[in-house]
Amino acid sequence: MISPWKTPSGMSRRHFMNHLAGSSAAASAALTMGGAIAANAEEMRRNRKSAIMLWMGGGPPTIDMWDLKPGAPTGGPFQPISTTGDMQICEHLPMVAKQMHNLSIVRSMSTREADHNRGRYYMHTGFVPNPNIEHPSYGAVVAHELMSQRPELEIPPFVTIGGASAGPGFLGMAWSPFAVTSSGRIRNLDMKLDGMRLRQRMAALQEIESGFANRTRDLPAGEHGKVLKKTFDLMTSSQMEAFRVEKEDEKTKERYGTNGFGQGCLLARRLVEGGVPFIEVDLGGWDLHNNVHQTLADTKLPQLDKAMSALVEDLEQRGLLQDTAIIWMGEFGRTPRINQNAGRDHWARSWSCVVGGAGIQGGLAVGETSSDGTAVESEPFSSEDLMATVCKGLSISLDTTFMSKNRRPMKIANGGKVISELVA
Amino acid sequence: MDRANRTHRIDPLPGHPIRLLEQFRFQYMAPKSIFLSRLTRSLGGLMILMIAFASLARAQSVVPPQIAMINDAIEQGWADYEITPAKEADDAVWCRRVFLDIIGRIPSLEEQQEFAADRGGNRRAKLVDRLLHDDRYTEEYANHWATVWSNLLIGRGGGMDRRDLTNRDGMMKYLRDSFAENKSYDRMVYELVTAEGATKPGAPGFNGAVNFLVGKVNEEKAVLAASSVSRIFLGQQVQCTQCHNHPFNDWKQQKFWEFNSFFRQTRALRRFVDGTRDVDYAELVSEDYAGEAGDPNDALVFYEMRNGLTRVAYPVFTDGTEISKSGYVDDVNRRHELGRLMMDSQSLDRMAINRYWSMFLGYGFTKPIDDMGPHNNPTHPQLLDDLANAFRGSSYNVKDLITWLTLSRPYSLAAVLGSNNQIDDPSIGETPKFSRFYLRQMSAEQLYQSLVSASGGNATGTYEQQEKKRREWLRQFVVTFGTDEGDEATTFDGSIPQALMLFNGELTQNATSTKPGSFLDRLSQSGKSTRDRLNLLYKAGLSRQPTKREVALAGELYRARGGKEIEMLQDVWWAILNSNEFIMQH
Repeated sequence: MISPWKTPSGMSRRHFMNHLAGSSAAASAALTMGGAIAANAEEMRRNRKSAIMLWMGGGPPTIDMWDLKPGAPTGGPFQPISTTGDMQICEHLPMVAKQMHNLSIVRSMSTREADHNRGRYYMHTGFVPNPNIEHPSYGAVVAHELMSQRPELEIPPFVTIGGASAGPGFLGMAWSPFAVTSSGRIRNLDMKLDGMRLRQRMAALQEIESGFANRTRDLPAGEHGKVLKKTFDLMTSSQMEAFRVEKEDEKTKERYGTNGFGQGCLLARRLVEGGVPFIEVDLGGWDLHNNVHQTLADTKLPQLDKAMSALVEDLEQRGLLQDTAIIWMGEFGRTPRINQNAGRDHWARSWSCVVGGAGIQGGLAVGETSSDGTAVESEPFSSEDLMATVCKGLSISLDTTFMSKNRRPMKIANGGKVISELVA
Repeated sequence: MDRANRTHRIDPLPGHPIRLLEQFRFQYMAPKSIFLSRLTRSLGGLMILMIAFASLARAQSVVPPQIAMINDAIEQGWADYEITPAKEADDAVWCRRVFLDIIGRIPSLEEQQEFAADRGGNRRAKLVDRLLHDDRYTEEYANHWATVWSNLLIGRGGGMDRRDLTNRDGMMKYLRDSFAENKSYDRMVYELVTAEGATKPGAPGFNGAVNFLVGKVNEEKAVLAASSVSRIFLGQQVQCTQCHNHPFNDWKQQKFWEFNSFFRQTRALRRFVDGTRDVDYAELVSEDYAGEAGDPNDALVFYEMRNGLTRVAYPVFTDGTEISKSGYVDDVNRRHELGRLMMDSQSLDRMAINRYWSMFLGYGFTKPIDDMGPHNNPTHPQLLDDLANAFRGSSYNVKDLITWLTLSRPYSLAAVLGSNNQIDDPSIGETPKFSRFYLRQMSAEQLYQSLVSASGGNATGTYEQQEKKRREWLRQFVVTFGTDEGDEATTFDGSIPQALMLFNGELTQNATSTKPGSFLDRLSQSGKSTRDRLNLLYKAGLSRQPTKREVALAGELYRARGGKEIEMLQDVWWAILNSNEFIMQH
């Protein structure tokens, strides 16, 4: 932590404090930890919600995982197995099968964006891409809404592990994802300067910052100051301990899988424990235009099975699952038809997502697709609907409205409707 | 706080301001040039005159009519929207801006002084001319633009992975050579699209241009080659149409596979280190193509529609021009034909203009810039077309284009959002009206070069060593999305990792070093007084003098450091390098 406060020689304490209060960067941590807040901290900790998104970059073939069509020409070679929930899933996810009482499958996802970039944007925000506006992503929205539950949080409220996630849009740079690798190591964290001097430098920096922001009157100039404050907080915070995934014992690491995604999920659990409201963990490589089933059986599904099951199990054991939403999804599913390269191509019309935890009912399979998987045969659900459901599960009010930069009101989750089977 | 500040005075300050780099009034343009532009337009012989004037321009300091054309069109937009533009940026800020945009780094103190000392007319034009044509900047110019184009052509991650066939050094070498000799834009595009040869410098048959396509042809039927060429050079986004008709432009699935057919003779071959299975380099070749039905005289490709039906495609250019159906290279080299057809396409010119305009003015005429067509109306359609024609008329001279852009009125404006142009805020979704200079982050590459320059320039080591260091540094900001299309993002976006890097990273450590011979060490031995040196510091980093409050704060730091001036300078320099004002192009 920082060395104790001392007044620099030749300067009145009050004067220097003023600079720092202006910058807010240095003073905030000390000033906000007042008595009233500390007294409520325990109460808040008990009720605070979090969310972990498992992002399957490239578009996972959900027809081979969560909504199998054995025997159909589109079905592929995998067999379904029973689970602890009221559904069957793929035989290559045996450990996840034991956790399905905690998770539900939405089998009637039906979206329109089958391009990677557009699909990634749409599934992350609930809005289709629009060149004139940048919408905030899941992480930014959830972090923004849940921050009031953790005034003591000094580390970034939106962390993405092993990927880039999606940006904060009009909520501003202060809500952008903090990207780390699954090792949890953060570059350039080392402060090679004593805390006193750093604070004084921050004061000088703040003077330039605010001057420039006032002169240009342009948003990016002011946003930068908020990021500086968060950076300063993080550098000087003992809460950074949460990132030290290497402190977990070997057995635990092994249980999650000693690969990027496994360790990423373990890190996500530590961050939830450390109070971070939103974490995304990325597992890429699902863009399986070729040789889909062998790749799934050999690498992708065993990896996912280990990490996802360990994560859900750990959260439940620690009593965290009831307050932590899990969202498993990619940008779209893959074609029921198997192509000439034994692969599956992009497909958004009928596919599955998996959710659970927090206030979301587990053990269910919601919705149905046709016998060959090419069409949804029940009420279709969209990215907005899923997002609304997750928000409700996190006790975030769906009446929440954001004001975009051009003063257009934007409803949270783009006004999606809650999937009623999943949240009360 | 104000009052407290005023009561402090830095002890060693002299009573008078130092006139190191004074501010000058900028005289923008003689009325004559406006007259000329109207004249040329009314005569209708626009193109011929423009070519004539372009060549005259440098010799006689006549403002090229292309600049007047930009100014007229943009000013008309202001009038239509009833907005008043920001005032002119002051000379020092403009100088910093143009250094960053043309050679990719901020100017040194000496370079700022050289600019300020030029008291003749046309100072700005002379600076642009120096940056573009003076030998001492050739290398930096070429390196900056090679970097920008490498990122466009092969992504920030291209050639970074050992398994990748792309050779980043080869790509950079080709582009550096091209920009150093000011190769015309059309020629560069033609070479990139048609190149054959080896990827690696020094390998037999080396041709660095092949690195653009070498990683895009072997997999997935060269889908990536087709979508990259059409997006980057023609401004046509076709990647969705490989699987279905485009929902909102006129590209159909058929068109995609016709365009894709141009790349089907192309293969990337691995060449191994003798006696091993280690890939040494790759070679891009054109081979006879039998087509998917096995008949080289009728080399067709199949594609499947969403309804499961199979269709056939042959090479057909976007405008409907067909070429021979033969797959024999001796009959027809499909990429040569494609290159030729692209050279005749207006889309080539318009995309180039849109790209360069957005690089210098902050936003393009369309958003996104590389998705052009009837479905996406440009903000200034006439200007886009006129500039496209002018660019073609200048034989695609990139340096001429840069001259027009940097000496235009919209480029000269201050980066201030005022009450009279409040609506001109593209960051909130308004269409850009270019009534101010749009504030933007430096690119990672610009920041790197600026920090190296700020540490006193004189980077050590060979080009290769410097480039290796730079690449390692840049790599930390690249994130890939794990898709076949190699999509990637940068975390160099003004968020925390970037702030941490600037707070504590090695580059900042070096830039703020006080070791003998360092920038701060040399600075502390120059100038007449502490105030003088403080001014130099602000000038070096921010191209301006410190404000009163900043001087007062420096005084406080001076005392906090126990009167050790170099430590105060170090603190201030650290603050400058970390500030929004430093890391933004403004």
